[in-house]
Amino acid sequence: MTGNSTDQPLTRAAAARNYPRFLWWGLGQATNGNWMFYVWMFALTAVFLVGANAWAIQVSEGMIVTNMTDHVSWGLYIANFTFMVGVAAGGVMMVIPAYLYHDKKMHDIVIVGELLAIAAIVMCLMFVVADLGRPDRFWHLLPGIGRFNWPMSMLTWDVIVLNGYLLLNLHICGYLMYMRFLGVEPNPKWYVPFVMLSIFWAISIHTVTAFLYCGLGGRPFWNSALLAPRFLTSAFVAGPALILITLVVLRRIVKRPIDQGPSRLLINIVRITTVVNLIMIISEVFTEFYTGGAHTAPAQYLFFGLHGHNQLVPWIWTAMVFNVVAMILFLTPWVMRNSAILVVASLLAFIGAWIEKGMGLIIPGFIPSTLHEIVEYTPSLIEWKVTAGIWAAGFMIYTIAIKMAIAIFSAERPIVRGQ
Amino acid sequence: MTDRREVESSPNNGEGIHLPILGQATRRTAVKGAAVALGLAAFGRAIWPLISIPENVSVDEFLQQHYKELTEEDKRKIFARLEKETKEDYGADVTLSDHRPIPGVKFVYAINLSKCNGNGKCMEACNIENNHHRDTNQSYIRVFEMTKGSMDMANANSTYEHTVPQDDKFYMPVQCQQCDNPPCVTVCPVEATWKEEDGIIVVDYNWCIGCRYCEAACPYHARRFNWETPVIPEEEINPNQDYLSNRIRPQGVVEKCHYCLHRTREGRMPACLEACPTGARVFGNINDPESDINWILNNKRVFVLKEELGTRPNFFYFFDS
Repeated sequence: MTGNSTDQPLTRAAAARNYPRFLWWGLGQATNGNWMFYVWMFALTAVFLVGANAWAIQVSEGMIVTNMTDHVSWGLYIANFTFMVGVAAGGVMMVIPAYLYHDKKMHDIVIVGELLAIAAIVMCLMFVVADLGRPDRFWHLLPGIGRFNWPMSMLTWDVIVLNGYLLLNLHICGYLMYMRFLGVEPNPKWYVPFVMLSIFWAISIHTVTAFLYCGLGGRPFWNSALLAPRFLTSAFVAGPALILITLVVLRRIVKRPIDQGPSRLLINIVRITTVVNLIMIISEVFTEFYTGGAHTAPAQYLFFGLHGHNQLVPWIWTAMVFNVVAMILFLTPWVMRNSAILVVASLLAFIGAWIEKGMGLIIPGFIPSTLHEIVEYTPSLIEWKVTAGIWAAGFMIYTIAIKMAIAIFSAERPIVRGQ
Repeated sequence: MTDRREVESSPNNGEGIHLPILGQATRRTAVKGAAVALGLAAFGRAIWPLISIPENVSVDEFLQQHYKELTEEDKRKIFARLEKETKEDYGADVTLSDHRPIPGVKFVYAINLSKCNGNGKCMEACNIENNHHRDTNQSYIRVFEMTKGSMDMANANSTYEHTVPQDDKFYMPVQCQQCDNPPCVTVCPVEATWKEEDGIIVVDYNWCIGCRYCEAACPYHARRFNWETPVIPEEEINPNQDYLSNRIRPQGVVEKCHYCLHRTREGRMPACLEACPTGARVFGNINDPESDINWILNNKRVFVLKEELGTRPNFFYFFDS
């Protein structure tokens, strides 16, 4: 044992032996904090439990406890799922500068984006399970054991890319943090190829999720070639917006200063993506309304209401106002100087994208129905509870993961030496 | 906790100054342990309603394979189990069968829109024949009251409650079109729905996971989801059931029109056709040159719904000229 110093590679056996200790230590550190932290975690746990209970009731009583119908057969769950795929993909906007452009300062904190991706993907999987009528038959979806309709069904592609993206990020974050824990210089061979793969993978998760909808010929609102590009641009608004808020919070919590460089770069990215996003919305809205005809009905319903049915109208205009105000704020120099304004702008952009890429995208796909019947949809209390529960779970995972990373990266020296 | 102490003290071995902190950490760990225990207990309480899964889903049902992988022996056991469960849950004695497609037969449906007067008997017959949920008057058919001079469904209404027929209207029933290029089958992630040799698209209700992607994909609103367990009075249950057609569906799965395969594969007509008082409905084997349906397709100017989507329906409409 005496001969093992930090610059010598660990034996495989020792590395494997120490991994559970690393997780245990990390979990211990991540659950240490001041009273604010405990209040935060307590509140999240409470909301999560309410959601878990609501889901259990839904499973036992049937999907009748939701307000979905045969006319609007996907609702709040799939709306949130779609949006969270975007948030997961958004983290790549830190990875690209860090690894492709070798931005040293971004490199130091890129793990924030990767950990966000992990939490977001876990939320996506939870939303999909919450939407299943028969979660007990989940195993039918497992390749090899069940019957996996690949490559025809886009949903099977989504299962592959989402789980693959989760594994990629778990590996990258786990490896880098573990090496730091051991005090060993990470071997680029073990993570750089995976990081490069994760860049393409991030694009793929949101593209495939868009293909899920835009391949359906019977739903004119989704059947647009612009859907995947729109998904990506709004993802590159919402993801970086959440990371910017995270960085502002981290600056308060972590004692050491965090460089402003990465935040500035992210702001500059959002400046471009919000504008591109708005151009795409205008382009779609123009095509819909200038042409007219039956094809316009869902957009008509969404923006102005159809035959007196207008439940989504206030939602979408809220999103539009939020998007435009966020864009204007991001384009001013204030966001660079004033963190309060930055947080407001980021929140507006995030919520705007949540409405637009959530309910604003899914529900009009079903209204009017394929036979032009109009049945409106408002989520039930159970649906809101389950959704809130999944968000709480996501925030818990994100908080714990970031605290673990802080503990490891702020340690003065390796936490264990190879033994 | 021993792990933790070792790990934390290892960089400072021999210095001994960390002992007070260790004590603190131990106390903190104990509090954390208690919190985790409480949290887990609360979680267990929260998800307690999930107990309904083992109560309602037997091990055999949970492990049951896809229809296409079942042997005759498997089917015999499964059908016996389902018959027993129907007896337990609904009190009715039913017989499950397994009608397979007749070689060389392809079923096609056509509706004469000049004759249909929107009386809705087909929907009632479907509800009874196929053991649908009674409270919602569920049916695989929707009849639309169309405005004369327009084929645009935007000008149609399916919830009319007045006497029929109205002078300025015509009536168009829509049900599963049994497409040759079915979007619903393509999108299913678990192959729980497929097209059989006689053209009928079926669902394995014991394999469907209830994701409802097929419902989103169907351009004809032909699919229905079982939002709740169907409620049917014992005496109204149709005892002649088929595994892939009209047996009582479980909660949480998708179903659809199957051209009454438990009747039509025996050479009988679908329930909706038998119930129609106007004679608007024509059904038969397109491969039989003597069939009525063949005569209709050869002599009438028929059309299909949403031809531009390329779904290639096996369901036609026509008017008497």
